Amino acid sequence: MTALRALMQPHRIVMMALFALLILWCAISLRWDWIPRYMPLALEGMWRTIWILVVTSVLGFLLAVPLGLAQAVGPWYLAMPARTFCTIIRGTPLLLQIWLLYYGLGSLFPQYPWIRSSELWPYLRQAWPYAVLALTLSYAGYEGEVMRGAFAGVNKGQLEAARSFGMPRLTMFRRIWLPLAVRNVLPTLGGETILQLKATPLVATITVIDIYAVSSRVRSDTFIVYEPLLLLAAIYMIIAGLITLAFRRFENRVPG
Amino acid sequence: MKKTMLAAATIAAFVAGAAAADPVKIGIAAEPYPPFASPDSAGNWVGWEIEVINAVCAAAELDCVLTPVAWDGIIPSLTGQQIDAIMASMSITEERLKTIDFSDPYYNTPAVIVADKAMDIEPTPESLAGKIVGIQASTIHQAYAQEYFKDSELRIYQTQDEANQDLVAGRIDATQADSIAMADFVATEAGGCCEIKGPVANDESILGRGVGAGVRKGDDALREALNKGIAAILADGTHEKITAGYFTTSIYSK
Amino acid sequence: MEPILETLGLAEAAQLLSLSPPGWGANLLRGLANSLQIAFGAFGLGLVIGLFGAYGKLNGGPILRDLLAIYTTVIRAVPELVLILILYYVGSDLINKVASMMGYGRIEISGVVAGIWVLGVVQGAYSTEVLRGAIKAVPPGQIEAARAFGMPAFMTMRRVTIPAMMAFATPGLANLWLIATKDTALLAIVGFSELTLETRQAASSTRAYFTFFVAAGALYLMVTLFSGAVFGRIEKWARRGQPSLKGGHK
Repeated sequence: MTALRALMQPHRIVMMALFALLILWCAISLRWDWIPRYMPLALEGMWRTIWILVVTSVLGFLLAVPLGLAQAVGPWYLAMPARTFCTIIRGTPLLLQIWLLYYGLGSLFPQYPWIRSSELWPYLRQAWPYAVLALTLSYAGYEGEVMRGAFAGVNKGQLEAARSFGMPRLTMFRRIWLPLAVRNVLPTLGGETILQLKATPLVATITVIDIYAVSSRVRSDTFIVYEPLLLLAAIYMIIAGLITLAFRRFENRVPG
Repeated sequence: MKKTMLAAATIAAFVAGAAAADPVKIGIAAEPYPPFASPDSAGNWVGWEIEVINAVCAAAELDCVLTPVAWDGIIPSLTGQQIDAIMASMSITEERLKTIDFSDPYYNTPAVIVADKAMDIEPTPESLAGKIVGIQASTIHQAYAQEYFKDSELRIYQTQDEANQDLVAGRIDATQADSIAMADFVATEAGGCCEIKGPVANDESILGRGVGAGVRKGDDALREALNKGIAAILADGTHEKITAGYFTTSIYSK
Repeated sequence: MEPILETLGLAEAAQLLSLSPPGWGANLLRGLANSLQIAFGAFGLGLVIGLFGAYGKLNGGPILRDLLAIYTTVIRAVPELVLILILYYVGSDLINKVASMMGYGRIEISGVVAGIWVLGVVQGAYSTEVLRGAIKAVPPGQIEAARAFGMPAFMTMRRVTIPAMMAFATPGLANLWLIATKDTALLAIVGFSELTLETRQAASSTRAYFTFFVAAGALYLMVTLFSGAVFGRIEKWARRGQPSLKGGHK
């Protein structure tokens, strides 16, 4: 209700009207006749973008937990590799990491002919395993740093209480430490996931056909430049909005 | 009024280095495409096409500057005025003529299929059915493959070089590209795995009629100047001389 | 056999990376210089936009505030790659149209300027948020005191607000600077010869993909670690006279 009232301020109504006019102008004077032809491809691309986003975020988060734990409380021989990994991932561009994985590894294949006869070859031929690997490592690198702070930030009293009741260490980690750490990072997790969404179009540079690649295809087929890009930006904004909403609902359901 | 003046001043300051006497910006693809255009380790662009560009500009008395841009954005760069002409082995096709104009052709090259020597592949849709074919985005080959190789899995690369790299790695079964560049590629150590399997069936409406210089629609002055330059180097033997430095046979036919 | 092969492999890499031809080291360094130039410019432009944006968001009228909110939301939701393409193609088109409308004729836009403009607009959105938070963290009493002594608004900003907020803004700005250096890699997609594109060209000309990508990664990492150290010192300097956050003497 308050949100509605906030929208009803006079200047906002004028701005919304202007925005509607802008959309109308875009709809009428720009070229959209290519949409029906590319619709199936676009849906497929959108699905692939979301699939990559979800899979790499989940896998990346699972990897981030041990990375954060190792840095927060691990012995030096675990903490140091974990810290080095996070520094390297965060210190170099993702595009370079993707190309190193895809073309760097690819350049090794001809030197080792047995790879081509191995069971993994059908997967190594595809582009998506490299995309998933690169994006997972990237998410883990950034989130590992966040989880380090989260694990270190959990109130020691709670852990001591669990220990004094004789809770086994693994149960303590699973039931108390991890949930508390995750609750601490939930607000940043939504932001990190949007950053991950914004990283997905880079996989198009190694031939994965995500929604970005579809827009490039439209551009190269029809020489229409702006319209596919504008629509693409709108699609990413909608997905980012949905992510924000989902995390907000999730946060509200977690007891604070 | 004052505000517009201020805005103009800001813009002028922002694009400091605005030149009054415009040199002609010749757009080339920012990727190694030997033997036509590739960067060397000293940071210069070298190759057959680079020499031809220099010769054409000299003959047409144009002050040209090479401007590397991404291939798949080269036409938007032209229409968006970042460059003035495209001389990047771009074939003259009907589809492209809807958006830009072309000069007369300055070389032609048929489209061929390249694949691993050990593979029994013919340059036909039937033989390539079920195979993974790598092609460069925004090329005549992409248009051709999308039209004819409907039963193949097409993998689209930003540069031909990446497709070649994946052909060597075995990630794709075949690639379709310009025959001259491919002849150069299979002669290299890395390209030794593969051979040219033959030209694809011609379809002039897609594959075009030779390579020309792309210019903006209506930029007739530049188009005429480039035509004059191309005609001049064809007439005085410069074209032939440059070609002899790279190839054993002529790569130009009327 | 193993160590000999390894030294042989390294010798080849060293030759490929040497600074004079036939080594490609000079190309990489030139690319790095371009990357840094653009990162500096974009970071600076972003700071200017961010400072105005933050002031607008805090003190502007309702319309300005809403417009700035739209700007920061859109920029932060759309992938940089897409923004770069849109701004890259639209930007020069727009400037040329404006210039020709005002009778200036065509304006040449160099790749560096285009890169700075594109990344600067993106950086501006993030800086707006960082600086807004930092300005809000400055105790209002300090600004009120300046005002009470009759300091003009601009002087208050220069002498009180900006120095006082530096300590709060530095960590966020350090992060933004790192993003700026890494985002320059995206300009490779539009064919601008910064470090990543130079690396790829060198890699594909020599087929030594691993060597060059790892070398470029090391260069980026050096920039990151070096800037981390510099920003650490800046933060220490900006925090001088403030109570330590780590506790101890309060």
